[in-house]
Amino acid sequence: MRRSLATVLFVSLTGAAFAQDTQSFDRIERGRYLAVLSDCAACHTAPGGAPFAGGLALRTPFGKLVAPNITPDPDTGIGNMTNDEFLAALHEGRGHNGKRLYPAMPYPAYTRMTDDDVLAMRAYFATVAPVSNRVISNQLPFPLNIRLAMVFWNGLNFTPGRHQPNPQKSAQWNRGAYIVEGAAHCGTCHTPKTFLGGDKNNDALTGATLQGWFAPDITNDPRKGIGGWSKEDLVQYLKTGTNRWTLASGPMAEAVSHSTSRMADDDILAIATYLKDSGEGGAGVRPEPVAASNDAMRAGAAIYKDSCAACHRDSGEGEIHLFPRLAGSALVQSDDPTTLARVVLQGTRAVSTPGAPTAPAMPAFDWRLGDAQVAAVLTYVRNSWGNAAMPVSAGAVASQRESLRRSP
Amino acid sequence: MATPPAAVRPGPWMFFTADEAALIEAAVDRLIPPDHRGPGGKDAGCAVFIDRQLAGPYGRAEGLYTRPPFMPGAATQGDQLPDAPAARYRTGLKALADYIKSTFAGKSFRDLAPGEQDKVLKGLESGSIVLKDVKSAAFFALLLQNTQEGFFADPIYGGNREMAGWKLVGFPGARYDYRDWVDRHNEPYPFPPVSIMGRSDWTVRE
Amino acid sequence: MARKLPAKDVVIIGLGWTGSILGYELAKAGLDVVAIERGPWRDTATDFPPAYAQDELRYAVRLDLFLRPGQETLTFRNNGSQTALPIRSFSGFLPGNGVGGAGIHWNGQTWRFLPTDFQLRSHLEQRYGKENLPADMTIQDWPVSYDELEPYYDRFEKLCGTSGKAGNLGGQRQPGGNPFEGWRSSEYPTPPLKQGLGATLFAEAARKTGHSPFPQPASNLSEAYVNPLGVKLGQCTYCGFCERFGCGNYAKSSPQTCVLPALLRFPNFSARTESEVVKINLDSTGKRATGVTYVDTSGEEWEQPADIVLMCAFSFFNVHLMLLSGIGKPYDAQSGQGVVGRNYAYQTTSGVSLILKDKILNPFIATGAHGMIIDDYNGDNFDHTGLGFFGGGYMGAGQTGARPIQTRPVPKGTPKWGAEWKQATAETFQRAFSLATHGSSYSYKDCYLDLDPTYKDRLGRPLLRMTFDFHDNELKMSAFLTDRLAEIAKAMDPAEMTASPRKGPYDSTIYQTTHNTGGTVMGADPATSVVNRYCQSWDVHNVFVPGGASVFPQNHGYNPTDTVGALAYWTADAIRDRYLRNPGPLV
Repeated sequence: MRRSLATVLFVSLTGAAFAQDTQSFDRIERGRYLAVLSDCAACHTAPGGAPFAGGLALRTPFGKLVAPNITPDPDTGIGNMTNDEFLAALHEGRGHNGKRLYPAMPYPAYTRMTDDDVLAMRAYFATVAPVSNRVISNQLPFPLNIRLAMVFWNGLNFTPGRHQPNPQKSAQWNRGAYIVEGAAHCGTCHTPKTFLGGDKNNDALTGATLQGWFAPDITNDPRKGIGGWSKEDLVQYLKTGTNRWTLASGPMAEAVSHSTSRMADDDILAIATYLKDSGEGGAGVRPEPVAASNDAMRAGAAIYKDSCAACHRDSGEGEIHLFPRLAGSALVQSDDPTTLARVVLQGTRAVSTPGAPTAPAMPAFDWRLGDAQVAAVLTYVRNSWGNAAMPVSAGAVASQRESLRRSP
Repeated sequence: MATPPAAVRPGPWMFFTADEAALIEAAVDRLIPPDHRGPGGKDAGCAVFIDRQLAGPYGRAEGLYTRPPFMPGAATQGDQLPDAPAARYRTGLKALADYIKSTFAGKSFRDLAPGEQDKVLKGLESGSIVLKDVKSAAFFALLLQNTQEGFFADPIYGGNREMAGWKLVGFPGARYDYRDWVDRHNEPYPFPPVSIMGRSDWTVRE
Repeated sequence: MARKLPAKDVVIIGLGWTGSILGYELAKAGLDVVAIERGPWRDTATDFPPAYAQDELRYAVRLDLFLRPGQETLTFRNNGSQTALPIRSFSGFLPGNGVGGAGIHWNGQTWRFLPTDFQLRSHLEQRYGKENLPADMTIQDWPVSYDELEPYYDRFEKLCGTSGKAGNLGGQRQPGGNPFEGWRSSEYPTPPLKQGLGATLFAEAARKTGHSPFPQPASNLSEAYVNPLGVKLGQCTYCGFCERFGCGNYAKSSPQTCVLPALLRFPNFSARTESEVVKINLDSTGKRATGVTYVDTSGEEWEQPADIVLMCAFSFFNVHLMLLSGIGKPYDAQSGQGVVGRNYAYQTTSGVSLILKDKILNPFIATGAHGMIIDDYNGDNFDHTGLGFFGGGYMGAGQTGARPIQTRPVPKGTPKWGAEWKQATAETFQRAFSLATHGSSYSYKDCYLDLDPTYKDRLGRPLLRMTFDFHDNELKMSAFLTDRLAEIAKAMDPAEMTASPRKGPYDSTIYQTTHNTGGTVMGADPATSVVNRYCQSWDVHNVFVPGGASVFPQNHGYNPTDTVGALAYWTADAIRDRYLRNPGPLV
């Protein structure tokens, strides 16, 4: 009864709302592009799966969530969702039949998007091939699986509201802000989280660890963030996945591949403009570099020469677009060495984009180097060639190795 | 996708019996004798190397074409023997042990003086010593080849202990970057050899 | 019973150099392409990373990257009076396997053939008189000229990023390059590699004795490079683990480092690995291929229909597949009739080893294709009147490393083991190195490939049988080249030197290159060739052999890969621009 009523409502509402819009190629195309900006495919398209049919499992710090089917299938997808319901999902975190969404769906960011943009996305999703795929999204452990709890979470951590442009900044800056804070939801990965998984808004974009990767500081901090990157460096990175410093890999490889490398040049420039103007986060004081005579540094130097220098060079400068530069790299000097340890232990592959198809890979060294050796070589690269950062301990490497073993 | 090498672990013999191992250890120490230049085959781990190789895919002739018929051919046509290296060592070592027992009044190879051991090896090499059902020259060639492989292969395989073989000749081992040294003609390369599993300098001294 | 798969436009047999190039060119043209490779997928960081690629035992001695004879092998005999026996363990030549094929573990030596090489028979007959060529020598003119192929050589070298110095730019001699080479339209994409002491001393001696040394053209790159496909290669580190090894630094040109990253971006290209094509299927007329049948690792048979079949396997395996599929008339050595399997040739190499007085050569610092070479005695670059042979080869100092299991020279007469051996080995390693000649191998009536009557592979198919021996022509040539090389070696003032010219009979157990050529020869006349000048089968017009060395009518004094790559591009253009517009015989 409820379903058929909903269906009637859907038909009539959409009949009205869509009559002007659904046949408009421009609107649907705008929606498609916004879906790229928002990187919906990252979660809602499982690898090898039908587009937007869901099924990808996300390992959140709280447990497993599976992204739902957002194709227009009326039974297992969002075919029966009204426009208002779609708006509520992205703006308020309310899903099908009013149930609360978990913020793995980044509604705290999407809330900033205009109604018009969200509805354009709705129009686009209505054109995607419907796929019958029933997904059980909520696979969190008790009591986290009680969605109603999100009411309290939202109360603490979430303020819905559209983006407010800053009249004192350029249109390009504002466009960049709109994308970064909204559709592209950069803070979902790059902003540190509270214990409950909410954003630490005062430390926005200063880096956070998730899924075994450290998403680095992308504020303008000269030492720990992208202060040393020019605007052009940032543009090139987002567009091709590589610049003179590094190559995107890990979860960022996916973001580049599905989202940023497909953005319009104007939008990439806007993002770069905004990020390069962001405040410098709590930078802290540059530590004294660990002395070269230190035992770990000495061992690290030997390991580096024998294992790393053939690609990254004795000078640490690497090879542009092939082997990341270590000398002067903010990533290498991050407080949190999670990514560094992970990359040395397990290796990683760079993203392939039309502008940079090579996709070179770093091999794994977990079979070759023990924990103390990984710690030593990381301490070495973090404190050589003008770099300075806290040493890495063998214990930290050991626990990283263990957690990689448990969930590779 | 390939796998990284698995380093040989010290431990009991995996292929050789105790008697075979004793013979092999004595033999490799004559093929590569210890001297002021460095360890011989035994201390360099050549017997361990051969043992582990014979216990693995090499010993089993894995991947070779082993279909019949087996017919003798010209030397240019290559080895047509049906036996894998592991089998050849079993039969070769037995025939050799038997020969020594009957020729040297019940002794075994390791009981012989080094000069006598060398004579036996030379006799095998030339084929002048005839072993029962085993072509002695071919068996010797196999033993010598495996011994020298063990002496110069990466230490992860059980031989070339402490990189003794590499130090003997001045080979820097598993290094991968000589860009700064190509042009430096007639200059000795200064860095110590390194194995795939590293060198002592990789250890953090506390 | 094979299960039939949805049809594709193109099926490519083998995903090595030619398979990758054809895959890219045809996928780019919008065709639906599938490549079927019998070996495994291979990639730099997962298969030969700089963390463990430098393992001589595993790769150079136990041959980890190469084809296992248990998967496929050949039988061999020197001549028709012998019974061919299986090559149970490869040692004389080492066929590759897996995605990338031999392109992963080659040395990177990148040579063009000479203009006169392409007109070998007419040139030699004209210069020396037809009656002076041996009657049983079956050399032929190529059906393409150097001039026609030059832009394609250029294209392949730019794909690779080859390091070298041009000796002839547009007809103008260039100092520092090979004065004998055919004209080049452009300089090499990257500058020459740096040279070690051994090569430098050789070059000095070569100049002193009136020769013209130049750096060997190398696809081990002297500097990082981005190729026309947008793929980036790294700088060679002179690690000395080149031939038989994969490169961990992205610095050796290969399908992996040059083509695959761009090829894999095409959604209309797919590859199936660990799948062996057992047969090319023909329609009832026998004049048109309908596709291929292949077997996967579980033994399941699949039929892959396609409009075009490209035979991109390693050279003699193309011959094998053609014979098994009944394409073209098999060659019969007795009657001289037939063409498939005819004109098998190889390479005639020799060497001069030296021990110098008091030098520190650091011979382990090397690349696969560095070195200083002279071309004065290649092809018909010198007057053969009265010498009693034809052909020639390049020679020089290109030692590819000094890995101690296989390279530990000792003075003549040193015992093979014991205390003296140990001492000599220790004292000689740094002072010794070897020079080499790399001579041509012309074709003969009695050097050929056919199907073995006795031995079968693991799929129950007859093995390919190789009948080959050196002829007097090649042995005389080798003796001549070795003598010339020895003269130069003498001018290096060695403490000791040993010249080893190639001697017969051909021994399939001694490694002498994996340059096996011929068997599906390209030519102007179907009576003496298997494919036409576009590498298209005369008999089955939708089957091509795009440039593998099996199309060579004979082998010249250079490594084959540059010519293989050039012909692959040449064939790709012919398929795209001619065949697709009008499918049918192109000649």
